[in-house]
Amino acid sequence: MDLDDLIEIGEQEILSRKAYRFRVCAAAGCLSAGGADVRRAIEEAVKASGRAGEVEVSSVGCLRACGEGPLVQIDPSGDLYERVTAAQAPSLVGAIDGRPCEARVGDPSRPFFSRQQSIVLENCGLVEPERIESAIAAGAYQSLFKCLHELTPARVVDEVVASGLRGRGGAGYPTGVKWGMVAKMPKAPKYVVCNADEGDPGAFMDRSVLESDPHRVLEGMAIAGYAVGAQQGYIFVRGEYPLAIRRLDVGIRQAKRLGLLGSQIFESSFDFKIDIRIGAGAFVCGEETALIRSIEGRRGVPRTRPPYPAEMGLWDQPTLINNVETFANVPAILREGADWFAAIGTEHSKGTKVFALAGNVRNTGLVEVPMGTPLREIVETIGGGAPDGRRIKAVQTGGPSGGCIPASLLDTPVDYESLVRLGSIMGSGGMIVMDETTDMVNVAKFFMGFCMDESCGKCVPCRAGTVQLHRLLERINARQADAADLSKLEELCEMVKHASLCGLGQSAPNPVLSTLRYFRQEYEARLEGTTPPGEPTGLDEAAQEATV
Amino acid sequence: MAVKTLRIDGRLISAHEDQTVLDVAREAGIPLPTLCHLDGVAAVAACRLCLVEVAGSAKLQPACTTKVAEGMVVQTATDRLKSYRKMIVELLLAEKNHVCSVCVSNGHCELQDLAVNVGVDHVRYDYLHPDCHVDISHERFGIDHNRCVLCTRCVRTCDQVEGAHTWDVAGRGHKAWIISDMAQPWGASESCTSCGKCVQACPTGAIFHKGASVGEMRKDRDLIRFVVTAREKKQWVV
Amino acid sequence: MGRLRLATIWLGGCSGCHMSFLDIDEFLIDLAGLVDVVYSPLVDTKVYPKDVDVVLIEGAAASEEHIDLARLARKNTKKVVAFGDCAVTGNVTAMRNHLGPALVVLERAYLRDVDVRPGIPCEPGIVPVLLDRVRPLHEVIPVDGFIPGCPPPAKRIKEYLESTLANR
Repeated sequence: MDLDDLIEIGEQEILSRKAYRFRVCAAAGCLSAGGADVRRAIEEAVKASGRAGEVEVSSVGCLRACGEGPLVQIDPSGDLYERVTAAQAPSLVGAIDGRPCEARVGDPSRPFFSRQQSIVLENCGLVEPERIESAIAAGAYQSLFKCLHELTPARVVDEVVASGLRGRGGAGYPTGVKWGMVAKMPKAPKYVVCNADEGDPGAFMDRSVLESDPHRVLEGMAIAGYAVGAQQGYIFVRGEYPLAIRRLDVGIRQAKRLGLLGSQIFESSFDFKIDIRIGAGAFVCGEETALIRSIEGRRGVPRTRPPYPAEMGLWDQPTLINNVETFANVPAILREGADWFAAIGTEHSKGTKVFALAGNVRNTGLVEVPMGTPLREIVETIGGGAPDGRRIKAVQTGGPSGGCIPASLLDTPVDYESLVRLGSIMGSGGMIVMDETTDMVNVAKFFMGFCMDESCGKCVPCRAGTVQLHRLLERINARQADAADLSKLEELCEMVKHASLCGLGQSAPNPVLSTLRYFRQEYEARLEGTTPPGEPTGLDEAAQEATV
Repeated sequence: MAVKTLRIDGRLISAHEDQTVLDVAREAGIPLPTLCHLDGVAAVAACRLCLVEVAGSAKLQPACTTKVAEGMVVQTATDRLKSYRKMIVELLLAEKNHVCSVCVSNGHCELQDLAVNVGVDHVRYDYLHPDCHVDISHERFGIDHNRCVLCTRCVRTCDQVEGAHTWDVAGRGHKAWIISDMAQPWGASESCTSCGKCVQACPTGAIFHKGASVGEMRKDRDLIRFVVTAREKKQWVV
Repeated sequence: MGRLRLATIWLGGCSGCHMSFLDIDEFLIDLAGLVDVVYSPLVDTKVYPKDVDVVLIEGAAASEEHIDLARLARKNTKKVVAFGDCAVTGNVTAMRNHLGPALVVLERAYLRDVDVRPGIPCEPGIVPVLLDRVRPLHEVIPVDGFIPGCPPPAKRIKEYLESTLANR
């Protein structure tokens, strides 16, 4: 396999395409809305219409407007149909000729689509995730070829450094710097690990990327392997993503068959294998040191850093760990150049960010925008604001590790530093919109309950602290708490934040701290509550009596 | 071997470069509370009691896994650290059923000593009163999960010193618990050599000799270190 | 300054703390010269009086009566001391908590494996209603001091009283 062969495969793929093409979304959201039946029905309708010679039906990745699925798009017109049912299939085929269609017509030019800018998702919804030829036709693996035959590993690292790409898993560590560190480690073997253990409630960015365009991630990992000197990669996917796992598995086999993964890739001396490791449902395994232990076959618990995985990772060897979206940016950076990438975004946050927009918002779905886009544009212009004429109250970013940003601060640009200043974090990209009916104490309690159940149990502040924080929040919620309980809550939040061993515990108090910061009155309003009969809580009443 | 000079609580101290802040503080007689630490087995920095403030680092660092560095400035007993330590011990006391008055280790318990040392006179958090079980299936020893602080000293001792790896942790978060083999009764464990090191490693009365009554379980705190030192350095000293 | 008005209360405990109190031996005689014991299981007073300076409360709160008495004591007393492990931590009294709410405990005690006249005692106004959860004293009322121990050693009780008298 060389570049000509690769291009040849792509050209063949394009040549073999028929005049009309139905792209049926086959990502998890649309599939769960009945997308598979829709696809079958369209295929049958095409056959029945006798136009199978000029019309093809393909399963593609996420078409983004997840809340309106199943989604179908038709080439070459680009017409989009929403909430399609199997019964509408014959009329969809008729729509090719401009006949009126029963299915609801979507508007691909509405702000939800037009205000997005795609890098990571550039082929998402266009390529067929289970056919490598389709990805190759869209340019997959060309950046890998370029690296292997035109660039030294050091040049690849330089390029990533110059692009300004930062880790998309949440913390935002400069990706190129991390690559450089692993590359300079004298020990061998080295490993490349892709963290696809996306576990935040409401987050589906990585899932969508893996389900829609797995080769992009595989290519990014192979480039990373070349840059840092690793021959083995692992992709750690959570077991709850069976479709992503299947598509990765299919993708790896197909890439191996074509010599794009495995030994002597593109007839170079570079060998790179990728194996899948499936998570067993522990949120904490998204923490890199716990993830490493899990890959090693041990109990997934974090350890203290330093040493960082770059120095001592998988089996104590130098290991590069990046998130799915980080790797998915790499092929585009190598293709278009670091300067192109660095021109997008803000001074310190380059490129784009994919968000999974969910909650009380009209347009839920997958969104990719340049860094620095104001939150308001994401939730109001792209997201269409809260449904049913309600007002947005807050936006939650970063999942259980993040915070709630009040509507008054929606003009904040989305970049790593701005969100941290507001007491939240970028996180991996979950974005949950909350309208005025949302109870913020309840939100805090929900996330604390999540962290409590997902704590690994190793360190005391996280294991036992989250339980007590959750109880305090329950008491406040049930109007059984007093002002002393509220200060106990704040004090314990500070301790858990600063004393916990890993990021899970350190960030577990964030939803409480940020709702206290912006919605304190909701907590205080519950402190005056009375005690339900039969359940004396003592402190509040007694305190009043004592002061009489 | 290079020597590093650092300052702990204002005192200038010299140390070997491979020592941890905890080693050096102990040598210098600076008290630092610990619970999961046990001389002779690997440190895991899990109890968070030995957290210290290191100048130039925004994060608190566990003394047990932090290596000394030249010019390092360490504070071990700021008000903030003291208040965190107190909270941690209170959380531990509230988490399980620590009823000292009926415990074999009453009066010889590291958790009890910690509570006194960090100034816990009462626990501000809700006692959780979990329903824990007691395994007395082993012919000589028993484990009472009501008293377990999940320090994993038994797990590490069994794995790293005895080489049996009978103990491990199952479950997560507040539902985590210590298991023998694949969560079989201790008495049915095929890997357990009945060496009894875990009994000595346990800081509380969670793992005990059968037949010990209230307050009778005195543990040999130096046994594990003694065994390891003897094995590695051929020195039979405590 | 008048004599210190001292009270002691026995809630959900075994009275061991009071026994230990009596173990302060001849200091009892000194104490009798300095304080008036205005309410205690050791003296014959039926109603908790007003204007008490110090109360030592033994035992955890296990029934509604305990809560009422503790609140009354809090209201009428300057300094409330949790006296012994049951008051401080719940201790043995709270060991029933992991079984479940009061009814489960009562069933286990009065119905299961009971040969003679099984039945849960219920005499409103006479038999106090058990709380679902036994709680340490400070969860029920604000507490000013803690004397740990099961029971607290007599020496510790003596030292506490001495320092309380000295700091009056």
